[in-house]
Amino acid sequence: MLKQTEGSKAVAEAIALCRPEVICAYPISPQTHIVEALGEMVKAGELTPCEFINVESEFAAMSVAIGSSAAGARSYTATASQGLLFMVEAVYNAAGLGLPIVMTVANRAIGAPINIWNDHSDSLSQRDSGWMQLFAETNQEAVDLHIQAFRLAEELSMPIMVCMDGFILTHAFERVDIPSQEQVDAYLPPFEPRQVLDPAEPMSIGAMVGPEAFMEVKYLAHAKQMQAIELIPKLADEFKNIFGRDSGGLIRTYQIEDAETVVIAMGSILGTIKDVVDEMRAEGHKIGVLGIISFRPFPLEQVRAALIKSKRFIVLEKSLAVGMGGIVATNVRMAVTGSGLRGFTAIAGLGGRAIPKSSLHKLFRQAEQEELEAVTFVDLDWAAVNKQLEREKQTRRSGPIAENMLHDKGIVGVSAKFG
Amino acid sequence: MQKPFAITLKPGTSLTNHTGTWRTARPVYLDRLPPCNNACPAGENIQGWLFHAESGEYEKAWRVLVENNPLPAVMGRVCYHPCEGACNRGQLDSSVGINSVERFLGDEAIKRGWKFAAPAASSGKKVLVVGAGPSGLSAAYHLARLGHKVEIQEAGPLAGGMMRFGIPKYRLPREVLDAEVQRILDLGVTLKFGTKVANIEQSMKDGGFDAAFLAVGAHIGKRTFIPAGDATKIVDAVSVLRSMEGEDKPMLGRRVVVYGGGNTAIDVARTAKRLGASEAIIVYRRTRDKMPAHDFEVEEALQEGVMVKWLSTIKQAGEGNITIEKMALDEKGYPQPTGEFETLEADSVVLALGQDVDLSLLEGVSGLEIKDGTVQVSPNMMTGHPGIFAGGDMVPSERTVTVAVGHGKKAARNIDAWLRGATQEVPPKHELAEFDKLNTWYYSDADKTVRPMLDIIRRQTSFDEVQGGLNESTALFEARRCLSCGNCFECDNCYGVCPDNAVIKLGPGKRFEFKYDYCKGCGLCVAECPCGAIKMVAEDI
Amino acid sequence: MSFQPVKFYQTGTLTVGNRLLAQDERSVQANQMRSNSINSGHRACQGCGEALGARYAIDAAMAESNGQLIAANATGCLEVFSTPYPESSWQLPWIHSLFGNAPAVATGIAAAMKVKGRNDVRVVAQGGDGGTTDIGFGCLSGMFERNDDVLYICYDNQGYMNTGVQRSSATPPAARTATTMPVGPEPGNVFGQGKNVPEIAMAHNIPYVATATVADLRDLEYKVRKAMQMRGARYIQIFVPCPLGWGAASHDTIRLARLAKETGMFPVFEAEHGEVTSVLKIRNKVAVEEYLKPQKRFAHLFGKHAHPETVARLQAIADRNIRKYKLLPEGEN
Repeated sequence: MLKQTEGSKAVAEAIALCRPEVICAYPISPQTHIVEALGEMVKAGELTPCEFINVESEFAAMSVAIGSSAAGARSYTATASQGLLFMVEAVYNAAGLGLPIVMTVANRAIGAPINIWNDHSDSLSQRDSGWMQLFAETNQEAVDLHIQAFRLAEELSMPIMVCMDGFILTHAFERVDIPSQEQVDAYLPPFEPRQVLDPAEPMSIGAMVGPEAFMEVKYLAHAKQMQAIELIPKLADEFKNIFGRDSGGLIRTYQIEDAETVVIAMGSILGTIKDVVDEMRAEGHKIGVLGIISFRPFPLEQVRAALIKSKRFIVLEKSLAVGMGGIVATNVRMAVTGSGLRGFTAIAGLGGRAIPKSSLHKLFRQAEQEELEAVTFVDLDWAAVNKQLEREKQTRRSGPIAENMLHDKGIVGVSAKFG
Repeated sequence: MQKPFAITLKPGTSLTNHTGTWRTARPVYLDRLPPCNNACPAGENIQGWLFHAESGEYEKAWRVLVENNPLPAVMGRVCYHPCEGACNRGQLDSSVGINSVERFLGDEAIKRGWKFAAPAASSGKKVLVVGAGPSGLSAAYHLARLGHKVEIQEAGPLAGGMMRFGIPKYRLPREVLDAEVQRILDLGVTLKFGTKVANIEQSMKDGGFDAAFLAVGAHIGKRTFIPAGDATKIVDAVSVLRSMEGEDKPMLGRRVVVYGGGNTAIDVARTAKRLGASEAIIVYRRTRDKMPAHDFEVEEALQEGVMVKWLSTIKQAGEGNITIEKMALDEKGYPQPTGEFETLEADSVVLALGQDVDLSLLEGVSGLEIKDGTVQVSPNMMTGHPGIFAGGDMVPSERTVTVAVGHGKKAARNIDAWLRGATQEVPPKHELAEFDKLNTWYYSDADKTVRPMLDIIRRQTSFDEVQGGLNESTALFEARRCLSCGNCFECDNCYGVCPDNAVIKLGPGKRFEFKYDYCKGCGLCVAECPCGAIKMVAEDI
Repeated sequence: MSFQPVKFYQTGTLTVGNRLLAQDERSVQANQMRSNSINSGHRACQGCGEALGARYAIDAAMAESNGQLIAANATGCLEVFSTPYPESSWQLPWIHSLFGNAPAVATGIAAAMKVKGRNDVRVVAQGGDGGTTDIGFGCLSGMFERNDDVLYICYDNQGYMNTGVQRSSATPPAARTATTMPVGPEPGNVFGQGKNVPEIAMAHNIPYVATATVADLRDLEYKVRKAMQMRGARYIQIFVPCPLGWGAASHDTIRLARLAKETGMFPVFEAEHGEVTSVLKIRNKVAVEEYLKPQKRFAHLFGKHAHPETVARLQAIADRNIRKYKLLPEGEN
């Protein structure tokens, strides 16, 4: 059913259609609207049987989900940013125990400085946790990926994050096709756990494993993600059969066939990028787009195949590996190892910084000309940065960076007032 | 479905990990010797029979009791219960009333008509027992149960020996004695009264006996010289007590002086009181704490109005009075005359200065050694003459009913061995279950049950039994005060406190076993065993 | 109604079993067919109070739930010694997730059981004092506040034993641990404000809170069974001496637990909906020295460089407990 609705609301409806049995909720922007909507559905008796638990922290949220999933209940939670970091220990644990929990990450920057706006730092920080990570480009895709995520997680018995850009998607009102319960039921069978806490068949889950078997356990987690590389496209195909939509998969390409320059990105920014590419194509630029949906597992072969005919690529990413550069870019470079392709990294949109088309036009043209540094910080206010660097060179106690810079930019009147 | 590798495990699989290899010492179950058993002159397995009494299985308890002593109802009245003196519970609150439970079991057996198990197959051997006192009856009982033909030859007209002729009725009602004697006779023991054995070898030959057990009591009262006029009646205590069993009660007068400080002195003074004496005065040369009589008997006598002149000796007996001399204890505790005299009115003087045994039946028997009025016996109770054994008052020992009964048992077992041409193998004594081996935390707080006593008026005027018995509930209570020292009573502590489940509970009456595959040797079972029935033994490493 | 000890029958209910009691008066541990929820072959130290306490408690819970029980376990000694790959000692469905999340994991399990209509399946969570009073405290409080249908059992051995005997918020004052060494002018752990988690649990007004020790099995079983008869959040803290961490003989585990109770150092009580309903009275009151002296962690209080004033402060803590909980028999308080 087509609806003009908020992204969070649409996702909440999709989750509800997946018949979750336990939902753990802890508030953190910008995922709150999802669990609020689900909470209301449970309380109203529209989503039943389902236990909606208001926990005391994200750590508890994931821990409750670990318990409920291990006890055989389809379990869901959502978080973002600091919340994701607060539950990290449990995030790794859920993956280590092989529990097919589905979690929405409404991507948001990580502090300090505290910042509620979108970038990908939070989920990317968990790239090695053992969770799968799918990135939605649109709210429609967010809806669809959640439905596929339950299927994927439960078939492999591995947890999965469905990542959607905070505010940009979660709070955006768009037209979304909400599937019917029949469609979802046809696609997603009831949860049959690989292992379950059951008095009829006792087992001990979560043993201490020493050097004699630890590597094997870790390899098996890796092997599962390798299986997911095979499974994700199949599930997308099946999804198309039932829902009639292309949604999901490992990667999505756009105007790539004859592209000499390929722009690579994840999430909602792909829409803007495609617009810019269209405009550049109109001017005769051989430029295309590669959207990565599955960041974990990372589809090395598919990325390589998509890029191999081009001459260069630029990864535009909303994350920063401080002291190194890009995160997604590093993964892409791994995919094209030995190909001779030129690759550029562009860090953009951190902490919700707008990424205007004009900036992209400029960036992509520089990339075509191979005039970029290896790592480019898009729209960085060099004046403010340099001023602070100069200040720090001169004075040991140069004051708080963020405040100084806001002052320099004229956003804060007199920083000393707050000091 | 295949479970995740390594991180998910099957239940209970740790059984493959044999933690017993960690151990440097292992716990082992053992039976230690309870102090009561150790102290019992009759060799009763007191802890053993109390164990059954604790669960209300009185007949079973009685049967375990009579394995060693055929006279529980008598014992429960006249035994001076050294067991209670040794009882570990005495260090906790007060000793278990073993004697009173024994009496309850004995009375219960009489009431319910419990009989002894039939003797084993006949051995074809004949044993003569001389004397139907406690020692003789005990020997007869054990010999009969071992399959021997037993004949008791008793000089007197009634069975019981000193139990009848030395112990007053108010302490041992005769129907109780009769019932227990009869039960022994019911085993097929022959008892001949009025048969004084004058020559033991001859009697054995005449009767075709293969062995003999001599158990003649000390019926002859010791005398001492007291200058006395003709008018003063001086009698001995044994005669007084014996005459109580006859038709003619002794005539002691209104004021009776008893000379001596033993239990017999007490018995006779109390008897005199009951016979109507207005004054019964014991004259004793030392102090109360030196008195050989048991304190509780002294106490009961005093309650009944018996008076005692401590530190006094009788110097002279005149007409209707006696003269006593005051004594003083020297630094060694011996009484020394002070030269200070006092006169007491007395219609009669009863001498209670000890008894002797008539050993005339031994005259001419070869190999015997007689010393201080007793026959010397080897550790197997045999005299120097092969086949002739002796016990009770006849041999050097403490003279109590319980000791006599113990002698009878020991002699019987040795006679049996001797008749088989063997020697009685006595298993080594178990190590003693001392108080420090116990963990007394686990025993309920429970004070000793006080046995009912006859009211004082009837005690002074009748020969009714002074001390009452326990009823079923009080007997049960008292039995359950037993700490079961050194012997498992299946409290399940070891089974419960083992952090490694290394104890197997075998079920009621079967106790426990260690699973040494898993026992790490922590010693908790030993520390928490209430009764000290487990000990740690170092492993050979 | 509080635990009603049987006063007589030789050992009454003081021993694990008692052949003189009726079958229905006997303990779970005395049963030949007890579930041995944590089985032989586990790797706990000799004389481990926690291994013992866990079997006592979980067997009782198993008995009360007819074997329909799932356990969530915090990281710690109990977890490590019971489930090192490739062997598990547990006989019931059991999960270990993390150090600080056992209450939340249990909440999840309980939620799963509820949603599946399995009201017969009950959930316990368990951990040591570190996992309970420190790192798991947030999750514990959350579970309490929501009144989730979980019985949480804390095995209190007063320190982080698994990591090598460090101080926890349950470590008593003056005790030596690896992070509170017996050096300096005030050796051992500080005299802090204390963190009485049973009382904090009571402040949540949850249906049931109790303390117990491995020295009072019948009381412990009674409390676990009673807790299992209730729904909602329940908390039992079981005092489990640690021979290794306390520097005590392995055979003294139960004696020390008994002395902790008999001195008043560890008050044993139960509370319903935030109010104390009964206390286990002291039977033979003893001075704290008797409890302290067998433990090397208090050795610096005695001997050549004794600290009698510190012992007196510990005695004052015990005396305060005795007054506060009225631990002496009627008429002696």
